[in-house]
Amino acid sequence: MQSFVDSRPQTSPAGETVTGAAVPSGNCVLIIGASSSIARAVARIFASAGSDLILAGRDIDDLKRTAADLRIRSGRRVDIVPFDAEAFDTHESFWRECQTRGGGALAGVVMLHGHLPIQSEGQSDLRIARQAIDVNFISAVSVLTFAANDFEARKSGFLCVFSSVAGDRGRQSNYVYGSAKAALTAFLQGLRNRLSRSGVNVLTVKPGFVDTAMTWGMPGLFLVATPEKVAADVHRAIRRGASQIYTPWFWRYIMLIIKSIPEFIFKRLKM
Amino acid sequence: MALKSTPRFKLMNLAGWGNVPRFNSAVYRPERSPEVASIVARREDASIIARGLGRSYGDAALNESGDVLIDTRLDRFLDFDPATGTLECEAGATFDAIIGAFLPRGFFPPVTPGTKYVTVGGAIAADVHGKNHHRDGSIAEFIDGFDLLLAGGQAIRCSRQENPDAFWATLGGMGLTGIIQTARLRLRKVESAYITVDYKRTENLDQTVAAFADGDENFQYSVAWIDCLAGGAALGRSVLIRGNHAKAADLPPDLRDHPLTATRRRKRSVPFNFPGFALLPFTVRLFNDHFYATHEDGRKTVDYDEFFYPLDSVLHWNRIYGRRGFFQYQAVFPAAAGSRCLHELLEKLSGSSRASFLCVLKTMGKGSGGILSFPREGQTLALDIPNRGGHTVEFLRELDQIVLKHGGRVYLAKDAVMTRQSFAAMYPDLPRFNQIKATLDPERRFSSSQSRRLGIGEKA
Repeated sequence: MQSFVDSRPQTSPAGETVTGAAVPSGNCVLIIGASSSIARAVARIFASAGSDLILAGRDIDDLKRTAADLRIRSGRRVDIVPFDAEAFDTHESFWRECQTRGGGALAGVVMLHGHLPIQSEGQSDLRIARQAIDVNFISAVSVLTFAANDFEARKSGFLCVFSSVAGDRGRQSNYVYGSAKAALTAFLQGLRNRLSRSGVNVLTVKPGFVDTAMTWGMPGLFLVATPEKVAADVHRAIRRGASQIYTPWFWRYIMLIIKSIPEFIFKRLKM
Repeated sequence: MALKSTPRFKLMNLAGWGNVPRFNSAVYRPERSPEVASIVARREDASIIARGLGRSYGDAALNESGDVLIDTRLDRFLDFDPATGTLECEAGATFDAIIGAFLPRGFFPPVTPGTKYVTVGGAIAADVHGKNHHRDGSIAEFIDGFDLLLAGGQAIRCSRQENPDAFWATLGGMGLTGIIQTARLRLRKVESAYITVDYKRTENLDQTVAAFADGDENFQYSVAWIDCLAGGAALGRSVLIRGNHAKAADLPPDLRDHPLTATRRRKRSVPFNFPGFALLPFTVRLFNDHFYATHEDGRKTVDYDEFFYPLDSVLHWNRIYGRRGFFQYQAVFPAAAGSRCLHELLEKLSGSSRASFLCVLKTMGKGSGGILSFPREGQTLALDIPNRGGHTVEFLRELDQIVLKHGGRVYLAKDAVMTRQSFAAMYPDLPRFNQIKATLDPERRFSSSQSRRLGIGEKA
């Protein structure tokens, strides 16, 4: 495989011109859950902005293809490290491996892995609900604990974690998933509070409806955003050190309305 | 417990780029490559057809009451050799993405249709051609091979050496042999993002044909915009637009520093379907007169977007034809019959009140060997015809008869209305295609609304 280095500013898939300003060239970003379409779009922006990448996930064949694509597009170094969210006892060695591959100085972590269970199954089978909580919450806590301690000690790095608008208010249509994301959001708030003193930024991303395999064919979606739009928003938020973003932005106001509905009315709604 | 998800479909009402016809389908859009096989193998009785960016005009990528597999999320580059310009990519990679990634390194698609919003898979399935067909042939000439997923879920490698029957049936085969998963394509080395263009106006058809004959070999790209509303003595009046890739040294000084970077323009979009009166004959008349009047003879340097993709600068331009949509008509006829056939077609067009913007005429070189490929030596004419209901279809079929009489054929990527009889007469190699399809796809899982309308893949 031939690699190319083009130092001129590149144009991101979102059509926005990006420079490598925020993440110094040669610095390496770890993307966890790198097989999703949002993760691929995030990786393309980081690579074209001059970052090396580590892609982590379970589907190694898929990650190999994405890594080849990123190398050809950007000429950056792209590594793959296997990651299984449910294999908690592997997370420490996973983190060490990523640290080593990143030359001991990962610029940051973008964590996108997740699992949307079928709500009706989650409410009748604890194993399904537990799995959703394990993948969406506990595994994030597990990896973030290692990452936060390392970044805190060296006083640099960013942690960008995908939560969801579903965590802003529990609804009957997906409260198992939503509750795990709500717990994640609260965990990230606390972590941000702790790490702010160390210069480590924690960014919580709350995407609305995004046009991905996860939502394809679901009824009742509206204002659906492209993965490229979400990725551009996320990259911009990381560069400016934001704490929390809704993407696209108007979801902040949609969720403000949903959160402000009094519970005695909300509980009667079909949401 | 393993996490797993079964491929999910979305019920959609799809149309081609012409917005007519429209059909309901169960639409899959996999994001991981092994899902393609599981979607195909999922139901043994259902018909399925691959679709890319939906730029074919008629019903080639539609499947009434069947399954459609959109491959745009499988769009990754897998390998690139800068010594030969050979790119291996997933079939959903677009020409737009290829230009974005490789033009800055001095490579350009070797053949491109009039839009860059096509996928590599779609380009192979239609064996697309461009303004350089007279010299370079169709995309087939630059395809080294591809992996084709068959109905049983297994993939075969196809090239001129490996499974050559499948290779030549798939190039131009409109997706009816299987699903193209990855392809190897040779890009062209270029020195700049610019084209040096010569414009030449002609006053009538004889002048147009003569102008093509005189000097086409000096231009890699050549096309004429014909005013097909002009009749009488001005029948066939045109603007010939011919060009070559500009060498870096030949560029104006302000462009020479970054020869491979063209300035990006803001895209405009047509926000909604235009009402019917927008395309009255007199508005088109005005447009055509304006175009003819403003394109004086001369030479200009323009960037690749302006030269190859003028319509791409207006997203959703197909909406100007309104809710009822339009038909695109493209035919090729042998050079020997060229002038007579053109005369008859243009007379029929200018005599009818079926306004069409400028239509396009060009000379084609030899065909590729794709069994159902459209291009063949001769002249090709392409035009838009707004859909005005029942008589429009009859009108198009009358055009088919003229083309057929002169030994020509109609392009499947544009067609929406042809009859089986016309199709079989225009594509005499159909029995051979059907034979190969029968071995690749004995259960006839791969079919589209178009293939069923035309009887492609049916047993003799």
